[in-house]
Parts: sequence; structure tokens; C-alpha cells
Amino acid sequence: MIHRECGVLKTSYEADMALYPLPIARWTVAAIAVVMFLVLPLAVHEYYLSIVNLISIAVVGALGLNILVGYTGQISIGHGAFMSVGAYTAANLVVRLDFPFWLALPLGGLMAALVGAVVGSPSLRIKGLYLAIATLAGQLIIEWLINHVTWISGGAQATIQVPRPELFGHTISTQFEMYFFLLFFVVLALVGTMNLVRSRVGRAFIAIRDHDIAAEIIGINIFRYKLLAFAISSFYAGVTGVLYTYYLGIANYEQFQITVSIDYLAMIIIGGLGSILGSVFGAIFVTLLPIAIRLVMEAFGGLFFSQQAVLNFIPNLRLILFGLLIIVFLVVEPEGLNRLWRNIRNYFRVWPFAY
Amino acid sequence: MKRSLTMVFGAALIAATVLGAPAPALAQKEIVIGLQCDRTGATQTVGVNLCPGYHDYINLANAKGGVEGWKIRALEIDHEYKVPQGMESYERHKKEGAVLISIYGTPHTQALTQKLTEDRIPGTSPGFGTAAAADGTKYPYIFPIAATYWSQGAAAVKFAKDQLGGSLKGKKIAFLFYDNPAGREPLAVIEDLAKQEGFELRTFAVPPPGVEMGAQILDISQRYRADFVIAHLFGRSPSVSIKELKRVGFPLRKVVSFVWGSAEADIDAAGGWAVAEGYNTMQFAGVGSDYPVLNEIREMYKAQGKEPPREMASTVYYNRGVLIAAIHVEAIRNALKDKKGGPITGADVKAGFEKIKGFTLGGLVPPLEITANDHEGGGWVQIFTVKGGKFVKATEWFKAYPEVIAKHVKASK
Repeated sequence: MIHRECGVLKTSYEADMALYPLPIARWTVAAIAVVMFLVLPLAVHEYYLSIVNLISIAVVGALGLNILVGYTGQISIGHGAFMSVGAYTAANLVVRLDFPFWLALPLGGLMAALVGAVVGSPSLRIKGLYLAIATLAGQLIIEWLINHVTWISGGAQATIQVPRPELFGHTISTQFEMYFFLLFFVVLALVGTMNLVRSRVGRAFIAIRDHDIAAEIIGINIFRYKLLAFAISSFYAGVTGVLYTYYLGIANYEQFQITVSIDYLAMIIIGGLGSILGSVFGAIFVTLLPIAIRLVMEAFGGLFFSQQAVLNFIPNLRLILFGLLIIVFLVVEPEGLNRLWRNIRNYFRVWPFAY
Repeated sequence: MKRSLTMVFGAALIAATVLGAPAPALAQKEIVIGLQCDRTGATQTVGVNLCPGYHDYINLANAKGGVEGWKIRALEIDHEYKVPQGMESYERHKKEGAVLISIYGTPHTQALTQKLTEDRIPGTSPGFGTAAAADGTKYPYIFPIAATYWSQGAAAVKFAKDQLGGSLKGKKIAFLFYDNPAGREPLAVIEDLAKQEGFELRTFAVPPPGVEMGAQILDISQRYRADFVIAHLFGRSPSVSIKELKRVGFPLRKVVSFVWGSAEADIDAAGGWAVAEGYNTMQFAGVGSDYPVLNEIREMYKAQGKEPPREMASTVYYNRGVLIAAIHVEAIRNALKDKKGGPITGADVKAGFEKIKGFTLGGLVPPLEITANDHEGGGWVQIFTVKGGKFVKATEWFKAYPEVIAKHVKASK
């Protein structure tokens, strides 16, 4: 209604290949950028920024997993472990060799990519549930190794304290500073993924997902691209692990256990498989929902129950509501929040007409 | 398309309630304590009884007119034993102006150590966390306030020594532990003591989730033929260990469990008090209901015309909640006294902790002495034995091998 999609003429290859060909899309992205970089950090309390920070970390991880599961059609229940590989690699480099974060972070990602490619190698032979179990084995083995090999884990506690990241001599420690630190990587991950999936590599991934035999017949090297998908996806996971490590100040294997792998799968399924916006929606949904439910319960629970009862109820009811809402959203739209958003957008696109 | 619209409005409604959730106005003369709990996660059995104990003591203190004229508000947040949620809850507590954080969970303690020091807010980690944090000069804002795993390990060896006739020379001790970082932590101290006391030590790891340990128990009783078992298990596994030890006929009076395998819930899950007869449990808070402070809580409920909560029956965890709250209130009281009743900050509460001495609450709390150097307060424990359907005190408050613990604390980074 406010804008027209017709009449946008592309007169050069650059214009045709632009990430956002429509002017309104460019304006929207610019507006979101202004909100994220200026309005939000200046307007809200640090506590809310800390929630956004958790979401930021989750977005990077969800994007990575979506490249593998959503775009390439290979399942992985080992992403929690890949995160821990990144986290412990970076932590060891930082603590033992004094690496700065801008070196430790990509190296942690690369190590995770390597491990991810190895764990993902059964994908060349097996698919679906069988692959899921193979990656599950990877998760358990890596967890065990980190738990028991003190050379990696830095002692019986399996915890490595990591100093705060430093940039030009300035230590990034408060949630406010951490916000920009993490946002930078979110933007990087978003732009990277958007460009990846429309490149030659991304199209090969999608071809493998849709029909791997057909893909092989038209000349896509399945071996290479499947492993590449695992490597890229694990790279994202590794970076997520490093970001967690810097955010919390420790590398700790207990925060990368199998439930984390499942949580990330939940994010991309709720958000929408094979969509970038869906990864973002999913990360926001899964991170924010428990917090939102708690705040609502705290605000209104006292109207119905006694204080002690509320304290006992909130956490339990929160789990139940969390599960229920996931079911509701999936029943309403099995293709995820991204599809829901597209439906809404399509409706308003021609509004006030029906079609 | 109607459906989509409904969804939009639904989402908007949720957003509105979230953003509009009223930030509690700061009441006059109120001190906020951030309380982390786990009522739903991996260690849920602890949280459901410990946290009510904590709240009851705080309510009692408030009912008595508060602390030096200030009301105390304990803001509880359940983090499901997950680290990111724990971090989020900490930021929330900080926003509410908490001057003290009651941390719950070993990884949470480690994740918050750096933050707490930067923000100058003290946090307590009773019975878990990093043992090295007993050193107040290295960890200025972490207060274990109860026996760490190292102290518990030393106390277990001391107890075994007393039970085996005063000498451990040539004896065989089995260390049965949950195979995670917290489970392995006391190992270094026990190994050291094995050398010092001349006993043979063998370790038996129980992989998470710790409900399957038939092989390990059989090994302990039949092949290794241990003279004494020191068990360090969490969650469901303590009850399984009791059941299995009973099944192979190992005498339970030759078993001592660390503090997280020592509650009524573990005994019940193992099949009842008759099954667990003789089982020795280590405690950092008094067990049972004959303490003056518990009577006061019961009277407080009576005055309000209510029944005392059923959580009080689970005396091990409930009393620990009372102990933690009592030490917190005491630290705040010390801080307020120092500041002549003025507003206090986290740093003041830290100083308040470091003045706690001779505060025993009628025997529920050990004779702690927290100083700027010793944030553990001595590492006191008490052993209670299962006898005739209840926990019976087997020893008075004691601490063991302080010089060995001191050496380890000093050597840690």
C-alpha cells in the first residue's frame, strides 16, 4: 500500500545482485540498524541489553545450524559440542598464548569447523535419523573428552577463566559494551549467511537438500559440499561458543551439553527451516519467551496466589507454558515464525484489497 | 487472513504486557537480596525445600521489625540450573539494586566470579562452587560460607579414620563420585591425604545421569573389598548408591556421603529409613526440627493463622536455606551497624561478611569465623547417621586437616 514493487528497474548487474533490490527494504534495514545501534542501547536499561546479548549469541548459533539443517538438509545434534570446541580452543589460546580475541575467535571457529567436518563425515553415507544419531555420538565423545582430558579443560573443574576481550587497549566488560561487541558479530553472521545462500555454494546446498541424487547428476560434488556445509555450520557454532565464553568470562563444558543442541534445533524449527529471518525469530522466541513469561507471572501472579505459591508456581508454569506455546505456534504455522511473518506481510502488501 | 491478524494482536498483547510490566517501585528502607534457585532443573529436589527455608527466615527477620530498621526483600529467580539463565538473573538482580547475590550452582559461581568482582557485589556459594574461593584475597567477592568440597573431602577422611579405629594405615578407601567437574574436585585433597595417612585409595566414577552404578558398587564390595566408602553424588544418584550398596550387602555404616547426597529425599528415594539404616551423611547446617529459630518460624506462621509449610519436614535442605538466609542477614546487619544504619552497598556487605563470628543460631549454624582471608569460615561439618527412622547426630561440628586444605588453597591459581 505504501510502496510499489513495480517500476523498480534494474539497469546494471550490481543493481540486480543487490542484497535488497527494493528501496523500501533498504529503508527498513537502515531503520532497524539505527534502532539497534543507537536507539536501543541508549534507551533501555542494561538489564534489557543483557537479554538482547543472550539473543545475539543465540542468533549466530541458530544461523549456523540453519545453514546445515535448513539449507543443506543434514541434521546435527552435535552443535552444543561444536560450540564447546570453539570455546575451549579460544580459551586455551587466550590463557596460554595470550592471543587477542580477534585471533582467538576465528581460530576457535576454525577448530570447530574441522571437528564438525569430521563428525559430519558419516553424512556421506547416511541420512536423516541415522545421521542424527551419528552426530549425537560426536556430541557425547566431545563432551567426554573435554570433561576428562585436563590438557584441554584446564583442570578438574573443566573451567577456564578467560579475561575480557580488549579492543585498542579498552576492556569490553559491561553489558553495554558487550552489546556492541556481540552485535558486530551478529551483523557479520547475518550478512555472511545472506550472501552464502545466494552464492554458488548456497545453491549447491539447496540442491543437495531438495534431492541429493539429482544434485549429484547435475554435477555437484556431494562429498565436498556436504562436508563444507558441516564445516561452515560448525564454524558458526564455534564462534557462538567463543562469544559465550567471552560473554560469561569462562569456558565451561556444562553450558554446552546436549540440551543446548536440542535448544538450537528448537530455535530453527520454531523460527523456520531454511530461512535467515526465521533463525533470528527462533533465537528471539526461545530466549525471550521464558523471561517474558516470568515477568508477566511476577507482575500478575500475585493477584491469584500467595507469595510462596507464586514462587513455586512460576518456574513450573513457565516450563509448561513454554512447551504449550511452542506447540501452539507449530500448529498454527508448521513452517515457523518466518512463514507467519510472511503471511502477515503479504496481507498488508495488498491491503485494503483482498488480493 | 483473520488468523494472521489475531496473531498480530496476540503478539502485540504479549509485547505490551512485557514492556509494561511494572518495575517494582523502591519501597522505603528496603534492602534487596538476589536469590537464585533451581526448582525445576537438574537439582530440583534441593531447590524446592531450600528456597522456602530461605524465604521463611527472611520473612521472620522482617516480621521482627526488619534488620536495623530496614526491610529485606529476597528476589527469587529460577534459572533451571542453566548458565545463561543464571547470567540473566544476575543482571536482573543488579537492576533491582541487590547488594548480595545468593548464587546457586557450581558453574554459575564460576561464571559470576569475574562479574561480581567488577560490580563489587558479594555472592555466596554454600557447599558448592570453587573450593579455591575460600581464599578471600584471591576471590574478594565470593563467599563459600560453608564447607567446600575440599573441606568436605578432608572431613570425610577424618570421619573414616575415627570409624576405623583411629588409624588408616593400610586400609582401603573407595571414593565413589559423580563424573563431572564438581564431583572430581575433592579428589586432589583426598589423594594427598591418602599419602599422608597411608591408606589405599581407589576411585569409582559414576557417569551422568548417575542412575546406573551396579558395576561400580559390585567392584567396591566384592573385588576391591573397601574398608570405607566416601560417596560424592548428586541428584538421583545418592539414592541409587544406597540401594545398590544395600543390595550387595555392604554395611552402610561404613559409608559417608558428601553434603548433596544427605537429605531426607535421598533416603526416601532409596526405599525408606529402614533400608538406609546406618548411612552417614555430612551436613553443613544442623538437621532436625529442634532449633529455636525453627520454633520461631512455626510461631510466625501460627500468628498469621497458617500451618507451617510442609517443606519444613525436609529438614536437611530447609535448614540449609535457613542457614544461608541467616548468614546473609547477619552480614547485612553487620554492614548496617558499620554504616550507622545508612544505605549500604555491596562492598559494605562484603565487609559485613568478614565480621561474622560466633553466630550459631542455637546450633543450626556451625561456629563460623569468616575473615578477609578465610571466606569459608573454617570449613565446619557435622555427621548425622540414619538411625531408627531419623537423622541422629554422630559428631559435633568439626573441621579436618586444615593445613592440607590451606596448602591446596594457596597452590591454586
